[in-house]
Amino acid sequence: MSELIKDGLRIDGRKPDELRPIKIEAGVLYRADGSCYLEWGGNKVLAAVYGPREAIPRHIQDPTKALVNARYNMASFSVKERKRPGPDRRSTEISKVTSEALENVIFTELFPRTTIDVNIEVLDAEAGTRCAGITAAAVALADAGIPMRDIPVACAAGKVDGVVVLDLSAEEDQQGDADLPIAISPRSEEILLLQMDGHLTYKEFEEALELALKGAKYVSKLQKEALMKKYKG
Amino acid sequence: MDITGRISAVKRDYLISLAKEGKRADGRDFDEYREIKIDREVLRNAEGSAMVKIGNTTVMAGIKLEVGEPYPDSPEEGAMTTSVELPPLASPEFEPGPPKPDAIEIARVIDRGIRESEYIQLDKLAIEPGEKVWIVFIDIHVLDYDGNLFDAGSLAASAALQNAVIPNERYELGENLPLPINLPPVSCTFVKFGDAIVVDPNLEEEQVAEARFTVATDANGDIRAMQKGLSGSFIIDEIKNNIKRGQIHAKKIRKLLEG
Repeated sequence: MSELIKDGLRIDGRKPDELRPIKIEAGVLYRADGSCYLEWGGNKVLAAVYGPREAIPRHIQDPTKALVNARYNMASFSVKERKRPGPDRRSTEISKVTSEALENVIFTELFPRTTIDVNIEVLDAEAGTRCAGITAAAVALADAGIPMRDIPVACAAGKVDGVVVLDLSAEEDQQGDADLPIAISPRSEEILLLQMDGHLTYKEFEEALELALKGAKYVSKLQKEALMKKYKG
Repeated sequence: MDITGRISAVKRDYLISLAKEGKRADGRDFDEYREIKIDREVLRNAEGSAMVKIGNTTVMAGIKLEVGEPYPDSPEEGAMTTSVELPPLASPEFEPGPPKPDAIEIARVIDRGIRESEYIQLDKLAIEPGEKVWIVFIDIHVLDYDGNLFDAGSLAASAALQNAVIPNERYELGENLPLPINLPPVSCTFVKFGDAIVVDPNLEEEQVAEARFTVATDANGDIRAMQKGLSGSFIIDEIKNNIKRGQIHAKKIRKLLEG
């Protein structure tokens, strides 16, 4: 196994608490009600929001609120070995937890019997795609004018070579010891999504959580800048 | 859509108002599991099996091993897959058909606990490295659904793996041998409703749950997998508290697995 941390720096030259470069653009698609293009390290992600629109078939309608239906999808060409198109178990799970995280902030009770469809398309993947997807989806929801309590944001921390680090790269994700993606409502610091796999002591978890929170709050600023850029001109 | 089914507004209000007094409808403390029963070696044809009851929830896990090709990124290791079936016999809300997102989420969270704690010694499951390895199929069947399938399923899988054998004889590879394992992960699940966070939710508590949290810990109490679910949220201190409570429960549940 190769060394992932040398002289306190990571193989891509980042410090342990440093994010990969992030670029966010709001409102990039013509047909969608709201959209966002996001680059996060080697990730390239598009998110499009349709709705609120009538939920079909009718029996899925909820007379008390809108359904939030996120669909996370990886393009077949987004990874080294071609991925078979269509949902697999991993993307099904990510779609589910993403839908739940986004639903938390949306005023769904304003739009009974409708769906808010959030399509997340990963065009190019390099670790941390679910965080990139949620971050992009949140901007697309705001761009669509969906009323929300807050603009959610996601970021991961993890552990490589025994060191707690922010925002794992592909190599760190594959060879590292743990990954902790979270999504938060940045104003209240409520946790909307949290997953973890790997090996962390409780103390390392606290450290990783703090790092991920810090990262998320920084990305939150970038989301708002992207929205301001579109709407303030 | 929802595997729990709906609950009446009256019942919901009742559960929430009870919780305000620090009580649960079945009389348990917030921090109390229902009775847990583990039966091992309950099936003849499976390589390993266990039936776990947590209160009225009954889950069966069967282990099957097959010879297959290794994954390209781990040519010298065996492989494992975990699946959860929610058959219609276990609940009026379960429908036949391919696994839905709820079942997939449960299976993947259980899988991560087992995988990340290195419970199965996959490195000892190569037959011809790069060519032929053992694939361990962990299949979890829910038989009676009264909440907390994450913990019941995880426990059933762990217990079933403890008595599993490698079926060498069936494949003419020599004698059957015990499946090489390390110490199991233990999963602990909480749900939040109103201001209450309760461990080991039963069905009606899952019906009113706003948010769910599962933590799987190893024999040292270290964290190997976590999952927050549902559309509600936790604040940071709640998450930390859940983990600490989970570590304590896991210690007790671990004794049942060892006993």
